[in-house]
Order: sequence, then structure tokens, then C-alpha cells
Amino acid sequence: MRRLPRKDAVIVGLGWTGAIMGHELCQAGLQVVALERGPWRDTASDFNIGTAPDELRYGIRNDLFVRPSQDCVTARNTMDQVALPIRRWGSFLPGNGVGGAGIHWNGHTWRFLPSDFNIRSHYLERYGEGIFPENHMIQDWGISYDELEPYYDKFEYLCGISGTAGNVNGQIQPGGNPFEGWRQRGYPTPPLRMQHAQNMFTKAATELGFKPFPLPSANLSQAYTNPLGVTQGPCTYCGFCERFGCANYSKSSAQTTILPVLMRHPGFEARVQCEVVRVLKSGDGKTATGVVYVDETGEEWEQPADLVILAAYQLWNVRLMLYSGIGRPYDPNSGEGVVGKNYAYQANSAVNGFFDNQLFNSWAGAGSLGITADEYNGDNFDHTGLNFVGGANINCTTFHARPISARPIPPGTPRWGSAWKKATRDNYLTTQNIGSQGSNMSYRDCYLDLDPTYKDRLGRPLLRMTFDFKPNEERMSAYVTSKMEPIMRAMGAKQIVSNPKKGPWSVVPYQTTHNTGGAIMGDNPRTSAVNKYLQVWDMPNVFVMGASAFPQNAGYNPTGTVGALTYHAADAITKQYLKNPGQPLVQA
Amino acid sequence: MRAPSPKAALLAAATGLAALTLGPAPQAAPDNYDAVERGRYLVTLGDCVACHMNPNGNHEGAQGFVGGRPIETPFGMITTPNITPDRGTGIGTWSEDEFYRAMHEGIRPGGARLYPAFPYTYFTKMTRRDVDAVYAYLNTLEPIHNPVDRNTLPFPFNIRASMLAWNGLFFEPGEFRPDPNRSPEWNRGAYIVEGPAHCGACHTPKNMLGGDRNSQHFAGGPLQGWLAASITNDQRLGLGSWSVDEIVEYLKTGRNARSAASGPMAEVVEYSTGLMTDADLRAIAVYLKEPSQEATPAAARTPVSGDDDRMKIGEAIYTDRCMACHTGTGQGVPHMFPRLAGSQIVQQEGSEGVLRVVMQGVRAAYTPHAPTSPAMPAFAWRLNDDQVAAVTTYIRNAWGNAAPAVSAGDAANMRRLLENRP
Amino acid sequence: MSDERLSRRTLLAATTALFGLVGTADARTVTGLPYLGNEVYPPPEARPGPWLFFTADEGAAIEAIVDRLIPTDDLGPGGKEAGCAIFIDRQLAGPYGRNEGMYMQGPFPANPLPTQGYQNQLTFAEQYRRGLAGLTAHVARNFGNRKPHQLSAEEMDRLLTSMEKREANSPEFNGSALFDLIHNNTMEGFFADPIYGGNKDMMGWKLIGFPGTRYDYREVFDKLNTRYNRPPVSLLGRPEWNKAGGRT
Repeated sequence: MRRLPRKDAVIVGLGWTGAIMGHELCQAGLQVVALERGPWRDTASDFNIGTAPDELRYGIRNDLFVRPSQDCVTARNTMDQVALPIRRWGSFLPGNGVGGAGIHWNGHTWRFLPSDFNIRSHYLERYGEGIFPENHMIQDWGISYDELEPYYDKFEYLCGISGTAGNVNGQIQPGGNPFEGWRQRGYPTPPLRMQHAQNMFTKAATELGFKPFPLPSANLSQAYTNPLGVTQGPCTYCGFCERFGCANYSKSSAQTTILPVLMRHPGFEARVQCEVVRVLKSGDGKTATGVVYVDETGEEWEQPADLVILAAYQLWNVRLMLYSGIGRPYDPNSGEGVVGKNYAYQANSAVNGFFDNQLFNSWAGAGSLGITADEYNGDNFDHTGLNFVGGANINCTTFHARPISARPIPPGTPRWGSAWKKATRDNYLTTQNIGSQGSNMSYRDCYLDLDPTYKDRLGRPLLRMTFDFKPNEERMSAYVTSKMEPIMRAMGAKQIVSNPKKGPWSVVPYQTTHNTGGAIMGDNPRTSAVNKYLQVWDMPNVFVMGASAFPQNAGYNPTGTVGALTYHAADAITKQYLKNPGQPLVQA
Repeated sequence: MRAPSPKAALLAAATGLAALTLGPAPQAAPDNYDAVERGRYLVTLGDCVACHMNPNGNHEGAQGFVGGRPIETPFGMITTPNITPDRGTGIGTWSEDEFYRAMHEGIRPGGARLYPAFPYTYFTKMTRRDVDAVYAYLNTLEPIHNPVDRNTLPFPFNIRASMLAWNGLFFEPGEFRPDPNRSPEWNRGAYIVEGPAHCGACHTPKNMLGGDRNSQHFAGGPLQGWLAASITNDQRLGLGSWSVDEIVEYLKTGRNARSAASGPMAEVVEYSTGLMTDADLRAIAVYLKEPSQEATPAAARTPVSGDDDRMKIGEAIYTDRCMACHTGTGQGVPHMFPRLAGSQIVQQEGSEGVLRVVMQGVRAAYTPHAPTSPAMPAFAWRLNDDQVAAVTTYIRNAWGNAAPAVSAGDAANMRRLLENRP
Repeated sequence: MSDERLSRRTLLAATTALFGLVGTADARTVTGLPYLGNEVYPPPEARPGPWLFFTADEGAAIEAIVDRLIPTDDLGPGGKEAGCAIFIDRQLAGPYGRNEGMYMQGPFPANPLPTQGYQNQLTFAEQYRRGLAGLTAHVARNFGNRKPHQLSAEEMDRLLTSMEKREANSPEFNGSALFDLIHNNTMEGFFADPIYGGNKDMMGWKLIGFPGTRYDYREVFDKLNTRYNRPPVSLLGRPEWNKAGGRT
């Protein structure tokens, strides 16, 4: 192993959180290196308009995601089963390369509800202990919405998010989400244009008493120049967003918002195709001294650094902590330990509507083109007697109609032959769905640890995921889905097919890449891995970014909150930590 | 945390200096600088690093002057010399007078004649005081030993004595003489443009022997597989429809609402105009709007008919691959995707510029004021020569544009030219 | 695709210091914002010609199957004319057939849970080879010693139905697994970009009204709930990109 010159900070992973953190630390005068195990990616070369809209390559063969042969996860539903590797991605799609999953996201950019952050104390106060499900591990986050608000704002203005505000400094705004937490100002850009389906949904939902509003979108409605001076173009509704890179600079990503500035910062360098294999610790085990990484030729390098930022995807942050012995591993039998604890996911559902005489032309869409109703999310509604915690947002989106994967036919139609062909043709342009993004609570037996059998290409144990949807989530999903059906009926569907979330969780069909937890934040080192600044409780020069910090998952896409937490952590590092390095920012 | 590394401190200092020259009002007039600082700024006006920097792309400090970068001329490659004060391989032994003679007359110590790829034909307009300042600045650089093989031109152009005859034909030494009937701003602009900034070196067409065609002052033309655009006052082909403010913004940031600097001009903006003072940029713009020599106005053009096959094919390709950025009406997106409708770059007589951009792609200039530098993707891998010709013909003749049609042979020539050029 | 990408990137890193990618002791360091003209990563284009993976008999069997899965009827041509068999052949001859990028280390347990997904030790190419051998034997046993492509349309429909409903499964022949595999790849071929050898003349897209890769549908928002009339376009272009009579 060869030793490289010391850096002030090393960042593991150059996606959204790595790029944000890199920029903030460089602005503070630090010398920073980011280590990214995937390739360099750039709009013009990698997302050429003549190669980007390719469903087979990107949507089906997964060209932008980390190869399972490089790294994957073993999975099982219960602790008494033998976990097996996810040999090809299905349920979720971890990113790869510079930009990470922020390259191929859809761009839904939400703030969580204020009550999501103190969920345990909030529900306890309103409903009593009896509301919580069996074996739950629901915890408060150790941070309040009010503390995070400035950082949500910062992330939204970095991205230029398109939307309509619902609550500006406590004043409810027409056309926005009346349930959202206060925001200091409106969105940077107006909402996207709406498709036929959204217009129908808005009318139907409004008549039923909902207050629908445009889904906040990182596909921009118009050109926007962010505070770093980086400009994005307007979205053209190409219908190749999630799973694809954007060819015309209209989807917010590290590439389109930060890298043009960060890569030219004299304090910054990136090394690509360099996989960090462990974090190095001092003799007393109380401080990280840097990282070890392997380059693409297999050579090992030591990169010493004073500050170690784990900014990989949620799963890989947890895995790196387990390898490196950072934080006490979680033990589901005793409930003790913190690393790997509270893995959660998202309980989504859909209602499909088959229509006559409507042309939705859903191929003209954008990742975040949609209308949302938030009446049944979080604790926006009275849970008394409902026997579940949590909720879901309700969305009518038009984000693609790519024909290998999106050819809805009514149940009972043959899978092949002339009848299949006719049904496929008749329903392709005339079907619309309403979906929900549901919360997912945390449970004692849903967790991450190292697999005892399966190894990666470097001989290290794979991460093992033990997870299933619990009755709480099934009840929540059934309830919210039952609220979606009347909207679909009012929209005039001739046939309605409901798919509320039900266990067992399967690795096969795509559900969502909203994996959370495993290195959760909180106010107590006994029950959480990091403090509210994402600083590891017992290794103060290590910070862990990303959704691994979520103690449980809310009824929204996570990226907005991930961005806000990153800016919050960066602010604490540059304004507090660097004045007194090596010290905890929160006293245990 | 330890103090920032020495490198960071150095860079911070350099950034501070940049801020000094770029900062908002009040800006010190260059005349108030001491000789070295004036020299540093004059080197920026002259874009010296674009040619003399290390071929590995490093242009920090003395690396910007170590030479060795091959410069393409119509007569072959010329490798630029080391102009750091290294005594063995640079200009460390040159006296101030010898340096002035090189700049003013194109003659090296010892009497050898320089090729006009080194634009002494423009530098001759510089005042002795300014040339001395450049000399003073260059002598503050770290001397770097970097021998450069200068003899890369093929016969007969490798015979330096031939430059004597060339100079007789095309070169008139002499410092710039201000026009007393013009404003100081105009005269400042004229001095920069015709002197240190040597704009005509690219933007004035050359005759067979590489001399300026003065009747086509600033009319633009092919250059190293690119096309230097016209910067005359012509409405269709030049800067006639540009305001002074638009020219200033373009030179300062590499962008304006209509266009983006790319190719060789991107380097000019990054290393030179983007670092000039606002006052000097304004002076340049004022001068360009009323240059001392007006080119013969370009003849009017009739657009290629919409019935032409190339226009129909070109429109189909444009609709499928181009309008997602440049929009269906060719308006583009200000400061992001260049406007094609009414664009003088697109309508130049020569098609080299559009062909190269469409086939190879290109990235817009980076400046701290406009850091995005979005890139046009390449299409040569997918479009055949007929298709390239059609789509370029279309954008040159749609939306009120008018320019000669592009042939498949033009596209084939460009394809050959680009074979070994990243 | 992954290997090509890696090698190209490596080459760039090793040779083009000028553009900010430095291949030295610092290993793949990127500073500045790298850019190279003409840098593009197109997919491998399927070319006409003989089978690259299938034997003649295998190819004939697949052609017969895809043409019943997607039959020629009054709505238009079927799977064979669309090139679905060529698509599958080219896929199996490439990275997909080798399960490139998938996690293929053992152990492979005998009875994985359905929720645990793909746990097959064989590559897709191997599954086709063995599956088609099993199919050939199955057809010979049950259809009078004929080969699959010699079945009538009705017989083929009967065979496919029995495979789909797991009625043809035996220890020697996992008919339902083979059906699912071929069905999946046939649909991919019929609806994937024509650059991969199927969906000839965009016939799959034309059937349903998918306009392809145009990348700008802003004009749709001016006329919602109406039919979009521009012709579809693939990664290869469309006929209007060429003079009359030219290749797509």
C-alpha cells in the first residue's frame, strides 16, 4: 500500500452529498479530495442526446447503476431466512460514478413535514403509546424542521426547484401545499406545465375536497442560474428522466449545479474509479486518520486526512462503517448497538385507471411532472382508530411511457398473441395512474449487517438486508389507496385497478430507491450513530451524509431532506467544528 | 484543522490579484501600475499564455510561458518558444532592447527573423514603455529550463531568411498613433485591438503568403479547422446588431444572450479578455463598432429555398436532435444554448465553424462569471456527410438566416480534418 | 458496455493530461472540468447478417416462437418481421448473454424464495442453449418427432400456452422458465430502439403511438388530449433524415 500526501478532508463518493460538501469545505479553504468508485460522467459525452434516450440500455440493462458484480446486497425478509444476493438490481437502483444516483433520479424535491422530525413525541402526545406498532423502533430525529428550514432553502435554490409555495412564513398560499412547513420564500422557479392527466386529477381531487398542488420538481420549468453562477436549461418533457442522464442540462444534479465550479476550485480534486475499502483509525480508535482505497488496477492507496466524510449511497455508508469498526454494530436480538439499525424503505401504492376517449400521451412527461395531494400524509389527518402510524402523499404524475416497461393492459388480458397486441395498442395512450409515496416505520428486525457467506470482488462480505413490510405499513397503504380510488373514479376511468402495498417485500419489481437508515441521527449516542450534524458520536472527525441518517422514512422522496441535512452539516463543520477540530459538536 | 497548505495560500494570493484587476469600481488605470504589474496586465491583453503555456495545459505562473505548444499555421506546425527568463532555453540573456526589437521588428537577438505566427506585426504598434513593462514582468517569472524544438516547419517555410522578403511585402513597423479626432476610449480600444490583443491575427483573412488582406479587415475566415467569425459591423455576418454592452459581456464572460465563445475563442476569453478591465473591454467594443478600416460590405444573400431537399432533411434532423436545446424557432436559451436565428456565426460564408461544432461538439468558454460552460454534443458518429450537410444547410437558412448551402464534400473534408483531433 | 467504457476512460486518463485527467501516482486524478471533442459512447449497433449466437435450428425455433407471441394480424406485422429473433440473438452474443455486470458468485441455493429474485447459476445464453435443447426434445416427444419451427400456428400456440401455464414442465425441461425468458426478451426486442436489431422500422412504436427519442415534447402541452402527429424517431434517425429511398 502506498501512502499519499495528507489532505484536510477526504470525501467518499462524489454524488449529491459529496459535491455539496466538497464545495462548502473548499470555500472554507480546505484542501479536499473526493474518491469516487465509478467513472467520470459529463453531460455532453455521457448523455449525448443521440444516445441518452435509450430505454434498453439505461432503463432495462441498468447501464448507469453500480454493477452488482462490483457491489451488491444480500436480502431476506425475516431473520430466520438465509439471505441471498440481489444478483441484478430490481427493487432499488443504486447509482454509480460522479453524480451518483443524482444523475438518474426523477427529481421530486420535497421537504418532510415538521411532525416527521419529532414523530415519536408528536404521536405520543396526540394519540398515546398505543398508536405505535409492535416491535417498532420509531425515534425522533434530534433536529427540528425549524433548524433545517434554511438548509432546505439552500438546496432548493442550488437546484432551482420548480414549484408553488404553500406556506411562506406561516402564510398559507393559494395553489400550494397547505400542509407543508413554513418556508422563508417561494420556489426559485414556477411549476412545470401540466399534462392532460394532471388537469383531470386537479379537477377531480378539488371537487372531492383535496387541495392539490404541483409536485416540486428538479426538472426545471425555465432556465435558472443558481447562486454559484451555474445555469440550467428548461425541461423539454422528453420522458427519459428516472434511470437516465439528462441531455439538455435541465435536471438538477451535481453535474448541472455544482461540478462546473467545484471541479475548477484550486482546493479540490476528484479521483475516479477509486473504491474506498475502509476508514483508517488512530491507535486509540477514537479518530479516523484517513481511508484506504483501491484503484481500478487493484493497487491500494492510503489517503491520510484530518476529516473523513462518508458521502456514498446510504447502503455503502453503512457497509463502510461496519467494515471499519466505526460505531457499535446493531444487534437485533438485544436491540443494542447503532450501526445497521433502523433500515427502512418506502411503502408505495398505485391505482391504475383505464379510460376511453382520453389521450394522455404520457411519453410527453418529466420525472417530476405531477400534481400532489397531501391530505393523507404524515399526521395531516386524524389517526384515531386507524391503527397505524404514518401516511403517504398522493400523486398523479406523467413521467414516461417508455414502451418496454410501460404498456398497461387490463387484468385478465392474455400476455401474448393478437388479443394482447390489441389491448396493448388500445390502452397505451389512454391509461393513467395515481400513486402514493408512503412512509415506512422502523422495526427491531429490519436492519443491515454483514453477510456471513457472500463476498464482493475484493473478498469483503456483502451487506445483508433484513426487511419486510409490516402490518402497520400495509394498513397505512390500504387506507391511503382507498382515498385515491374515488379520485380516479371522478376522473372517469372505465376500469380501476388498485395495488396497495403488501408484503412480503420482493427484490424483483422496481419499487423505489429510497433506502434509509442504518447510521441514524438522534440526540443520544446509545440510540443513534450520528448527532444532528451527522457527526459520528464516538469518532468526531467522521461525518456520515445521506439517507442513512433517517431514523425512519417519511411519505416523501428523500433527496430534499438529504440535501438539507448535508448543508446543515457543512455549515456546522465550517463554522463550528474547524474552530475546534476533533471535538464533538454535541455533548453526549 | 491545520492552516491551509502553502499551495492554497499561493492560490488565494493569486485570486486576490485577479480580484484587483477584475474588481468592480473603482478600477485603477493600467498606467498607474508599476512596470511589473503593468507588464502582467499587458501579458493578459496579449493572451501570451494561449500560445506559450505548457502543452499539458498548465498555465499557472511561469508554466504559462514555458513554450512547446504546437501552433498550427497554414504552412505547418510552429512550436512556441520558452519565454521564461531561463538563460539556456528562455529569454534570460535578452536585453531590454533586444526584447523590444523582437516585439517591434520581429527580429531575434543575433538577427534571425521570427515568423509572424508570433504576431509582431501587431505588437509593433505597442509603445516602448509597454513593451518594457512586458519585459519587466517576464523577468519576474521563475526561470524554467525547457528546450523546445523550434524547427518544425516544412521546407521552404523553414528558411527564416525568407521572412525578410515577407516583411517587405506585408510588414510596416511602427507604434500606434492615436487619432486626435476620436475619443480617448476609442483610441484605447484601437490600441488594444490593433496592438497587444492582435485580434486581426485570426479575424482578418490572410493572403496566400499569410499577410493580412486589409480590404477584408476583420471579415473573418477559416482558421485551424475552425472559422474565425467576422467582427466587422455587418448586420448579418458581423457585430452590426450587437450592442457595446453585448460585446463587453461576451468578452468578459464568454457568454451573452445570443452566443457563446467556443473553440479557440474560448481560450481567448479564458486567458485574456475575461481578465481585462471593464474599461478596456468597453474601449474594445467602442472601437469594434467603428473600426479604423471598414471592410467592404458583404453582399446580400438569398436563403436556400425551403423546397430544397437539404432543407427538408435538415429540418427533420433539427427537429429530432437540435430543438431540445436550441428550440424549434432557433431562439436558443439565453446564456445557455446559443441562438441560431440571426446568428452571425451560423451565417458566415465559410461553413467550417458550424461543421466543426455539429460534428465534433464543442464546449463553451469557462469564466468565473459564467462557470457553466455547457457543451454541444458531437454528432459525427451518427450523422453521415449528407445528413451533416443537410442540418447545417438548414440552420444557415432557416428563420430568416441566409448562407451558402453546405455540401456533403464539405462535411467529408471536415470529417477527415477531425480524425486525429480531440 | 461496461468494459468498453472502462477501457476508454482508462485510455483517456492515461494519455490526455492536457484535458485534466492525469494518470500518475495520484491515480485517476481529475481536476478542472475534463472535456474532449467527439467523446461519445454509442451502443453497439446490431448489423444484419447470420446468427451470432443461435444455431440454424435454434434461430428457426425462436423465429417461430416470437411470431406467435406477437403474431402478424390486421394490426400489423409480427415478431419475426420486427426482428425480435435477431434482437435476441445479438443480445445473447453480447454482454447480456454473459450476464455481464451481474453478481454471479455462489453458492446458488436450490430453493430460493420467490422474493429473492434471480438465483440462476447459468448465464442467459446458457439458459437459452439448454432451454431450446429441452424444447426440441419436448416437441419431438409430443408433436410427432418434428422440430419447433415445423409446428403449425395452432400447434405452436398450444405449445406456448402449455409452457406458460407450467403444464409442459418436467425434470428435463423447465418450459415455464424458458417461456418467461423468451417472452421477456421478445417484448424487449419489439419495443427497444431499432438500433438493437428488433422493432424494425419502429413498427412496435408505431403500433402503440410512441414517438421515440425526439427529446422535446413541449408542443404537446399546447394541444393536450389530441393525437401527436410527428413521425417516431429512433437513435438511428427516421426515413426523413435521408433522401427518398435512403436507409433509415
